[in-house]
Amino acid sequence: MTTIESLQRTSLHALHTELGGRMVSFHGWELPVQFSSIITEHRAVRSAAGLFDVSHMGQVFVEGPGALALLQRVNSNDISRLQDGRGLYSHMLNENGGVVDDVIVSRLAENRYLVVVNAATREGDAAWIRRAAEGFDVAVEDRSEALGMIALQGPLSEKIMEALSTDAVALPRFGAMKLELFGRSAWITRTGYTGEDGFEVICARELATRAWQTLQARGASFGLLPCGLGARDTLRLEAGYLLYGSDIDGEHTPYEAGYGWVVKLKKGEFIGKAALEKQKTEGIRRRLTPLKLLERGVPRSGSEVVFEGEKIGTLASATFSPTLQAGIGVGYLNRPELPAGTPLSVTLHGRAVAAEVVEGPFYKRT
Amino acid sequence: MPDPKSSRYMKSHEWAALDGDEVVVGVSDHAQHEITDVVFVDLPKAGRTISQGEAVAVVESVKAAFDIYAPVSGEVVAVNDAVLQNPGLVNSSPHDDGWFFRVKPGNPGELDALMDSEAYEAFLKSEAPAS
Repeated sequence: MTTIESLQRTSLHALHTELGGRMVSFHGWELPVQFSSIITEHRAVRSAAGLFDVSHMGQVFVEGPGALALLQRVNSNDISRLQDGRGLYSHMLNENGGVVDDVIVSRLAENRYLVVVNAATREGDAAWIRRAAEGFDVAVEDRSEALGMIALQGPLSEKIMEALSTDAVALPRFGAMKLELFGRSAWITRTGYTGEDGFEVICARELATRAWQTLQARGASFGLLPCGLGARDTLRLEAGYLLYGSDIDGEHTPYEAGYGWVVKLKKGEFIGKAALEKQKTEGIRRRLTPLKLLERGVPRSGSEVVFEGEKIGTLASATFSPTLQAGIGVGYLNRPELPAGTPLSVTLHGRAVAAEVVEGPFYKRT
Repeated sequence: MPDPKSSRYMKSHEWAALDGDEVVVGVSDHAQHEITDVVFVDLPKAGRTISQGEAVAVVESVKAAFDIYAPVSGEVVAVNDAVLQNPGLVNSSPHDDGWFFRVKPGNPGELDALMDSEAYEAFLKSEAPAS
């Protein structure tokens, strides 16, 4: 066990404590799991807005004449489709087609890109990109330690973001912009991990508290709540987003995860392409399958899934869905063909609880 | 309904209150605060014989599951259907509407041996992390 004293703290740590955040350890970081309650925070994001400290996430800047060619090589998605000020979701793959990380790549300008990566994989990702960069005329700079990151999420995000930047409000979904914030360079993207409209603000570490307080002050009258990792997880799972390390890793491919849309086989060469072409021809043997409980109960990561008396997999991520008021989860089932509506069961506390395969995502904003 | 002041407590935060010749069982306000949003409760069936200290019920939040231990031995004579249907009662009314089950105690001495509310308060203080 990692003791809490040895954990890294974000620049918002003092503020979280002041706001009553219940701090937990998460991939080497000390972060709030909740402030008020997971369900209260979840509902605030679905109906109004929520503010998340995501400073543990990493920011890798890729610059130079070879930037596009390098990013094409390490990404499954087609980075050449990006215009200035636009981003996309992508997977970085290993040679076997397994996922090294899931990232958002934004084109800030010609030959200048921002790659936002997961906390747990950050150092590995930067090394992975640098290794692939040999022979390319490009600079790869991991600026994660100097930068803070805040996510403002929810249907009322636009009204609240105005307090920080009126220009950002004009961003389209997956838009990205650089701006001056409190006299320093900052970046705002219209992205998130909740299934709602929202923004992510990347700024100098020292300015993150000021950015947070500005948004919180404006958001108070709109019902904005500070939110922790707990709500972040229930929101993302409802929205069908993957959690790296639980739902995807180096042993699972985007096809198996049900994310074939991030793989653009026609874009040219990229790491992992040959393995994915082979898998596409042969078909997948397991699929990250969404399912919903039909009885009361809370499925958990690791719960067994049983179909016609046979164990066919375990849940990778699972929780109680505040929106559906039911247990939900996703797991790699070795029966990838099972369609929505297929009855199965999840074993909870030694008891078979009725469930069925559903079409993901569990929640789509209207 | 049970008065938290006259209830008895376990170190695992269940309360037990004598009501006539039955014992009503639930979890303390402190426990519901620590568990946070209760989204699922599983209770023993009426008619089941339980032993003191046995894990007989489960309470789950969004993040975790918690075992509930029997404060006294005896026969479960009634369970709270309302809390099964609306687990949030554990948070909103832990010592009243959020009760779990009623036991016909087999050994009345067990109840008296549990902590009273003053002892439980002192126990909570001793458990509190130094701040």
